[in-house]
Amino acid sequence: MISLTINGQKILTEHNKTILEAAEAAGISVPTFCNDKRLIPHGACRICLVEVEGVKNLPASCTTPVAEGMVIRTHSERVVQARREILSLLLSNHPLDCLTCEKSGKCKLQDYCYEYDVKEDIYGGEKYNFPIDASNPFYQYDPNKCIVCEKCVRVCNELQCTGAIGLNERGFLTHMGTPFEMGMKHTNCVSCGNCVSACPVGALLPKNKEKYRLWQVATVKTTCAYCGVGCQLELHVKEDRVVAIQPGEGSPNDGLLCVKGKFGYSFIHHNDRLKTPLVRKNGELREASWKEAYELIVEKMQQTKATYGADAFAGLTSARCTNEENYLFQKLFRAVIGTNNVDHCARL
Amino acid sequence: MTNSIREIEAADVIFVIGSNTTENHPVIGAKIRQAKLKGAKLIVADPRRIDLAKDADYFLQIKPGTNIALLNGLMHCIIDEGLQDHEYIRTKTENFKALREQLKEYTPEKVAEICGVEPEDIRQAARIYAKGERAGIFYAMGITQHTTGTKGVMAISNLALLCGNVGKTSAGVNPLRGQNNVQGACDMGGLPGDLPGYQKLHSAEVIEKFERAWNVRLSAKPGLTIPEMLDKAEAGLIKFMYIMGENPMVSDPDIQHVQKALEKLDFLIVQDIFLSETAALADVVLPAVSFAEKDGTFTNTERRVQLVRRAIQPIGQAKADWKILMELMNLMGYPNTYHHPEEIMNEISSLTPQYGGISHDRLSLEGIQWPCPTKEHPGTPYLHKDGIARGLGLFVPVEYEASAELPDGDYPLVLTTGRILYHYHTRTMTGRVEGLNQISNEAYVEINPITAEKFGMRNQESIYVISRRGKVTVKVYTTKTVEENVLFMPFHFAEGAANHLTNRAIDNIAKIPELKVCAVRIEKIDDPFKDEKLSFGDL
Repeated sequence: MISLTINGQKILTEHNKTILEAAEAAGISVPTFCNDKRLIPHGACRICLVEVEGVKNLPASCTTPVAEGMVIRTHSERVVQARREILSLLLSNHPLDCLTCEKSGKCKLQDYCYEYDVKEDIYGGEKYNFPIDASNPFYQYDPNKCIVCEKCVRVCNELQCTGAIGLNERGFLTHMGTPFEMGMKHTNCVSCGNCVSACPVGALLPKNKEKYRLWQVATVKTTCAYCGVGCQLELHVKEDRVVAIQPGEGSPNDGLLCVKGKFGYSFIHHNDRLKTPLVRKNGELREASWKEAYELIVEKMQQTKATYGADAFAGLTSARCTNEENYLFQKLFRAVIGTNNVDHCARL
Repeated sequence: MTNSIREIEAADVIFVIGSNTTENHPVIGAKIRQAKLKGAKLIVADPRRIDLAKDADYFLQIKPGTNIALLNGLMHCIIDEGLQDHEYIRTKTENFKALREQLKEYTPEKVAEICGVEPEDIRQAARIYAKGERAGIFYAMGITQHTTGTKGVMAISNLALLCGNVGKTSAGVNPLRGQNNVQGACDMGGLPGDLPGYQKLHSAEVIEKFERAWNVRLSAKPGLTIPEMLDKAEAGLIKFMYIMGENPMVSDPDIQHVQKALEKLDFLIVQDIFLSETAALADVVLPAVSFAEKDGTFTNTERRVQLVRRAIQPIGQAKADWKILMELMNLMGYPNTYHHPEEIMNEISSLTPQYGGISHDRLSLEGIQWPCPTKEHPGTPYLHKDGIARGLGLFVPVEYEASAELPDGDYPLVLTTGRILYHYHTRTMTGRVEGLNQISNEAYVEINPITAEKFGMRNQESIYVISRRGKVTVKVYTTKTVEENVLFMPFHFAEGAANHLTNRAIDNIAKIPELKVCAVRIEKIDDPFKDEKLSFGDL
C-alpha cells in the first residue's frame, strides 16, 4: 500500500493505481472527458490535470501512477485556472448551439463550462468546418462538435474490437473519422453504437425520431429482450414512450451493446402492435373483448378435454417470455389441463 | 454455460465451434476479441468463414455436419502427443480407456478428409487447446442442430474433460443460448419431461412434491416435443394448441408441414405482441405486452437471473403474459392468484432447488447465477468447482455419423442456415425497425463465386433454391464466406423462408431438428417477371 495526501486528506491506496483512481476511491471528483475505467488510460483531454507538490507542470491524473508521499491538490487555484484555459480552448472551436443540441443536459463540456464559469469563445480563432456524416441508419457524427478525446476510437478498438474508426489529419484538423473519409456506411462498422454511448459531448448522437430533453426522461434499468447474453439496458422513457436506450454497467455487458439492443427498440410502439384480442369469425380474425376471447377459450378447453382428454392439448411456452410466465404456462398445462405436452423453441 | 461471460477476458485459449459469435451473441463476441487482444489464443471451427475467423490463430473451415469427426480428431492428436491432463483424468473422470480406444481410428489424416481441412491444422489446434491453462469452448446451434446434436455436445464435453477444463475459472463448456430467456424457459419446466429445475417426471417423489404444492393430481405420462406435437397434430391426434410468443411458421423446419399441422387443429390460440405468420392461422389471438411493459426475470446464457422492469404502460388492451395465464387458470377453476410476478418467483424458489435462494429483491444489482440454493448463497459463477456434479466426469465415446440428408445427383449442394447480426429469429420485432431493414430486408443465399459461376448465376440475381420439401425464390449473394457447393441462408425471412427447405430429421435424444444440413439444388429463373409473382405468392 502507498500513502499519499489529496486535498489535505491522508489516503491509503494500492501501488498500481493512478492519481485519478485514488482520488475517486476517496470520494474526490475530478473532471474527465477521455477517461473510461474499461479503457487503457490515454491522457488525451488533459481536463483531469492536478497539482503534485514538487512537480513543475500539472500532470494528467488519469495517466500518472501514485507514488509514496505524494501531496496532490485537485482543485487548487492553479489547477482551476488551467482547466478554465482548456475549456476555453475547447469552446473556442465548438458550436455554441446548446439550445438545440440533443446532448444538452448530459454533455460533459456543458457541465464543466458551467462548473468552471467558461461562457464564451474568447479566442475567436479558426473553427472546424467538417461535413456531418449521417450515412449510418442509426446515428450521426458531427466532427465539428468533436473534442478529440478519442473515447469512441478506443471503445471501437479496445472493447468492441471492430476498428471501424480512427483519427484523421494532424494538428488543428485532427478529428475522428473513417478510413479515407469514406463515411460510416462504407466502413466495417457494425452499428453497435458503443461509440455513441461513450461520447461525452454531442459529436456522436443517435438519430432520434422523437424530440426529448435528457432531463425529461425517466431511466428504467432492465434486461435486453433479444439474445441470450442478457445485456443490461437503461430505457429512457418520456411520456410513456421508450425514446432511447443506454447500455447498463456491470455484468454481463459492461457498458456494451449490439445494434439490436442499442437501436432496435422502435417495435415497442409500432402501429402493428396487437391492441385487442382477435377472434376468428366466418374465417376472419376480428377484434373482440377479453371477455369474449376468454369465454370462447374456456368453452373450447372444456369441450376438448371432455371429448378427447387432456393429452389432446399441446402448448408452446416461450423463450421470449419471463421465468414467471414460463412457470405459469407449464403449470396451466400440467396442473389445470392435466397434460405434460409442453415444450418451447429451445431447439430452434 | 458452465462458466461466466466475465471470465472470458482471463481465458488463455478460446475455442469457438458452431457459433457465429460476433453476429449472434455480439457482446460475447466482443469479449472474445478483447481476450484475444490480451494475448489469448483463438481457434475457430465453422463451415463458414465467419468474421471471427480473421482473428483466429487457427481457423478450420469444416464441411457442414462434421463436428464430431473434428472433435474426435483433436482428441486423437492430444492423446497421441500425451498432452492430456493425466492427473485430472485419473482423479476426476471415468471411462478414459474406452475413449482412448475409440479415438484410435480418428487420425488427423482421416479426419482431415472427412472435414475438408489440413491434417497439420488439426494437430496445431489440438496443441494450442491442450496447452491452455484455462481453455474455454464456446458453441451454439452449429453443434446442436444436427441429427447427431447430442453426441456433438458429448464430444465437446469429452474434449474439455480430457484437458481438465471443467471446474475452473475462464474455461469450461459454454453453450451460447439463443433467445433471451431460453435458459429460463428450460429451467422453469418448459420441457415435456421436466418439471421446474429439471426435476424429472419419472420420479414419483417429484410428482408427489408438485401435487402437494399445487394441490392437484398430476399426469406422469411424458409429454410431446414440438416435432412430435406437429406430427400428431397433422395426424389429427392433437386437437388444441396454445402457442405463446413463438412463430413456428417461420422458425421450424419444413414450413409446409407446420402449416398442415396447425390447420388441422380444432382450436389454436396464439399469444403474441404482433400478428405473426403463426398468429394469422389462430382461432383466437391474445395481445401480450413487450419486455418494456412488464416485470419479471430472464435467465441469461451464463445462468444469471436478472430483473426485467416495467418502463411503460401496456399498449392498448394488451396484458402481460403472466396475467393472461393466471386469468385463464382462474376461469378454468384453479383459484391461484398473484398480484405481482415477485409472488410467482417466490413459488418458483420454493419448488426449484437451483432457484431456492432467488427472490426479486436480491436481483437488483447484478442478478444471481444459479445454482443458488439458499437466501444466503451468493450464486455460482462457474459449475463443478468442488468436483464434477455427478461424481466423476464421464467420458462418452461418440462416433461421427454423416448427416441425414447428403447431396446427391438431384440435390447436389449442401444448405446450412443461421442468423445474422441485424435480425432476430423470425423478425417479428427487428422487421419493424426501420434502420435494421435499411441494412437487411430480404432473404438471400450465400454462394461461393465458383459455384455461382458453375450455375451461371450472378451476384444479386433472383434464383430458386429447391429441396425435397420446398422451393423458394431468393437473391444470390456471392461470397467466399462459404466454400464451393455449400450454401448459407439466414432463416429470418418469412418470404423466401429457409425453413421451407430444411429437413425435419431429428436427433433421437434431444429431438432437435437438423437445421444445419440439407441437400438442395439451385435453378435460374428464366421469366424475368416470374420471381415477382412468386415472391408475392409466397405470402
